[in-house]
Amino acid sequence: MKEQLVVVGNGMAGVSCVEQILKQPHNFDITIFGDETHVNYNRILLSLVLAGEKSAEEIVINDIGWYQTNGIRARLGVKIASIDRDKKVVIDENGGVTEYDKLILATGSSAFIPPIPGVDKKNVHVFRTMDDTRALLEKAQPGLKVAVIGGGLLGLEAARGLQVRGCEVTVVRLMETLMERQLDATGGDYLKRKIESLGIRVMLPQQTAALFGNGRVDGLRFASGEELEADLVVIAAGIRPNAELGRNAGLDVRRGIVVNDYMETSDPHIYSVGECTEHRGQTFGLVAPLFEQGRVLASTITGNRGTAFTGASPAAKLKIMGVDICSAGSIDESAAGVETVRYEDPSLGVYKKLLLKDNQLLGMILVGDIEDEHTYMDWMRSGTDLTPHRRQILFPPREADLGLEVAAIPDSDTICGCNGVRKGDIVQAIHAHGIATLAGLKEHTRASTSCGTCTGLCEKLLRAVTPDFQEETRTTLCSCVPFSYEQLRDMIRGQKLKSVEEVLNIYGNRKGCEVCKPALSYLLDMVWCGDHEEDRSARFINDRVHANIQKDGTFSVVPRMRGGVTTPDELRRIADVADKYKVPMVKVTGSQRIDLLGIKKADLPKVWADLGMPSGQAYTKGVRMVKTCVGTEFCRFGVQDSTRAGIELERRLENLFTPHKFKMGVVGCPRNCAEATVKDLGLIGQDGSWQVVVGGAAGKSVRKADLLITVESTEQAMEASDLFFQYYRENANYLERSYDFVERLGIEKIRKETVYAPEADKQKLLDRLARSKALAKDAWLEGQTPVSPTQFVQIQPIQIQPREVQPA
Amino acid sequence: MKDVRDWTPITKVENIPSREGRAVAVGDQEIAIFHLQDRYLTIGNKCPHRGGPLCDGIVSGTTVVCPLHGRRFDLETGMPVRASEPSCVATFPTRVEDGIIFVDLGGATKSQEEAAA
Repeated sequence: MKEQLVVVGNGMAGVSCVEQILKQPHNFDITIFGDETHVNYNRILLSLVLAGEKSAEEIVINDIGWYQTNGIRARLGVKIASIDRDKKVVIDENGGVTEYDKLILATGSSAFIPPIPGVDKKNVHVFRTMDDTRALLEKAQPGLKVAVIGGGLLGLEAARGLQVRGCEVTVVRLMETLMERQLDATGGDYLKRKIESLGIRVMLPQQTAALFGNGRVDGLRFASGEELEADLVVIAAGIRPNAELGRNAGLDVRRGIVVNDYMETSDPHIYSVGECTEHRGQTFGLVAPLFEQGRVLASTITGNRGTAFTGASPAAKLKIMGVDICSAGSIDESAAGVETVRYEDPSLGVYKKLLLKDNQLLGMILVGDIEDEHTYMDWMRSGTDLTPHRRQILFPPREADLGLEVAAIPDSDTICGCNGVRKGDIVQAIHAHGIATLAGLKEHTRASTSCGTCTGLCEKLLRAVTPDFQEETRTTLCSCVPFSYEQLRDMIRGQKLKSVEEVLNIYGNRKGCEVCKPALSYLLDMVWCGDHEEDRSARFINDRVHANIQKDGTFSVVPRMRGGVTTPDELRRIADVADKYKVPMVKVTGSQRIDLLGIKKADLPKVWADLGMPSGQAYTKGVRMVKTCVGTEFCRFGVQDSTRAGIELERRLENLFTPHKFKMGVVGCPRNCAEATVKDLGLIGQDGSWQVVVGGAAGKSVRKADLLITVESTEQAMEASDLFFQYYRENANYLERSYDFVERLGIEKIRKETVYAPEADKQKLLDRLARSKALAKDAWLEGQTPVSPTQFVQIQPIQIQPREVQPA
Repeated sequence: MKDVRDWTPITKVENIPSREGRAVAVGDQEIAIFHLQDRYLTIGNKCPHRGGPLCDGIVSGTTVVCPLHGRRFDLETGMPVRASEPSCVATFPTRVEDGIIFVDLGGATKSQEEAAA
């Protein structure tokens, strides 16, 4: 007969405890109640969902399959109303009764709502759960005035998320500084400056006296009498343990449900973990100690009582709005005999403060650079005499022997604070699963899957422990900016970076090179849908002068001929241009275009003006062309109007940039005369339908395109094309052709995220494409309005040379 | 190397955008002037590899990358960045006065003489 284990609470603490229990031999039949309707997700990452950087699905820790695989009954959306300790049952709100042999209360905490008049008005929100996040997302829109009350971790994260959504955000705080539990005034000030540089207003100290507005909130009134307009107010003034259930059941409850070192409550059959607990007078808000509690309780409840929870480690390691922060030990510098050593660099945004007593490290505050955190923690824990280290204490020399640095970290040290993964867990996982890559480590331990602060450390661990460590291929764009495309997209979006120079200055070597500069130019254009600061010096010459450089430094000019359809008039102008500029070669290309080769840079604007046709973009990583066959208009086999569809497709997508060149084809019947099956995107006409195919190639490699979808109308074919096009733009690495992209992701995944995606997601892709398209223009217009006076003009020296008489 | 420089006025500073280069033909020489953050540097415009226009290359720190085949040269010394590529380009003393860039066309560095030899 199995023992009934009931867990009330489906959050990170409760579920991680269950995960630990599953790792041990046990005889439980497990039921988890959650009052939220969601499976267990990473609450820490809600701000990324708010900011649109992750989807709700992406922050799920345990999907429904996990519950099923482990035979756990998940009762989601069910709130437990009471506990009958005599009968050993829990009773839900609908009167449902569930028996337990052992009960774990992991009810977490809720947002503390301060007793300010007006907090019950409409548009006053808290930010704590997935539902809160969704509610905020519904309201967030560019220009919306938002006041965030509270400047702790949650408040700042909410502020950032909303600001990324375009809201005008003000953080209002009662205290003098931000994060006063972790930082001193200077550290708080560094954080404040960083936040302000991101465009968020910070008002300190400011006591909110009331929220005003007629039914709906209109603003905040401060104790000083000042007012702040606000359409939306987010209250993040702290949390309070959800201890009512325990209290009503008669358990020993003070601020939280009182637990001992083994996570036992005053009832021998009831245990508790998480933010609802109180341990030795302390309650909890950060995630790391909660994982520790879960581990301890798993030992206790499976009959291995002995491991004790000794309280939260005094260290907090956080990432707030992209700023790394570490605070540990005692940070009270007014205590007797305490010395402080400080380092500040305002431009770098780095602040380090160490508190010492009798040459031993007592505490630290690190902002902006936490590389040395482990060395400091080691000193602090071991009480190392720092006399010999004093000269280099702010920048302790790195161990030349990598293994030593890693070896200095104790197994019980938490490496990944977001997911509660300790060094010991990682080493064990590496051996147990033969992990050789960071991706493997992420998959098996979840370390470094959340905020990414510990990625470097995880890599060091892998390097030191794994016999055959494999550097991740495709991890970084280039050594100038050593980050993955995914990270760079997040950074550009999160930090609101708008120019290549900014990215290189903040995250790179301040120089960049011919590899990363064009890639960053592309990423900026894509992330901001064209609304970025264009830096021509970061573009290849072709994209500076909108023509294709040839071996002798001259250029080739290909005017746009949509669908490969032209007119006698255009042909005459092309012929005239070829004569007038003595074009050495006129060539019909494989793309159904006409190429004028051997044109001097200085002649480009004149040539374009004389042609009177837009740029064919035959020189760039962008939309090249749509090749078509004659289709129903003339062909006796044609079943679809391929020329009309091809011209329409080209019009929709022309002038946009892509990770690599993007070629398309539209054919009016399966005979495929315009080779649509070997194009990046092809439409194949059938009787009454179109096949939309993607990822074809007939270049360095040859690949038949995969079928994305078959649709009935031309309009649907256009929409499917738009979806794939924008999806490729957003998710491919720079210089990754569609055929590599389709192979890497797999057509099934691409289908799910484009043509089969929920309507709302499709609409988002289409909206972003529309925004980019609205800002895209014919590059050849620069012939009339150059971006610099010498974009095309050949500079003539000022002084008249003896042999060459040329005007200045 | 001469003791006295012979400065030729070339063009206004605003004609060379930041982190870009521009070619100028002076007499029978073709030079490329680059605008780095706080200064202007001049080299011979032709890549010694296949004659590519270095003025059209992407600037990376104090180096430029030939747009044709990716050879990279240091703008200060004219030396190729990869030691395996033997040829270098000439560098010319350059200064700015009253918003005008001056180049000493006869003052090409020794490395150019080597290159020419």
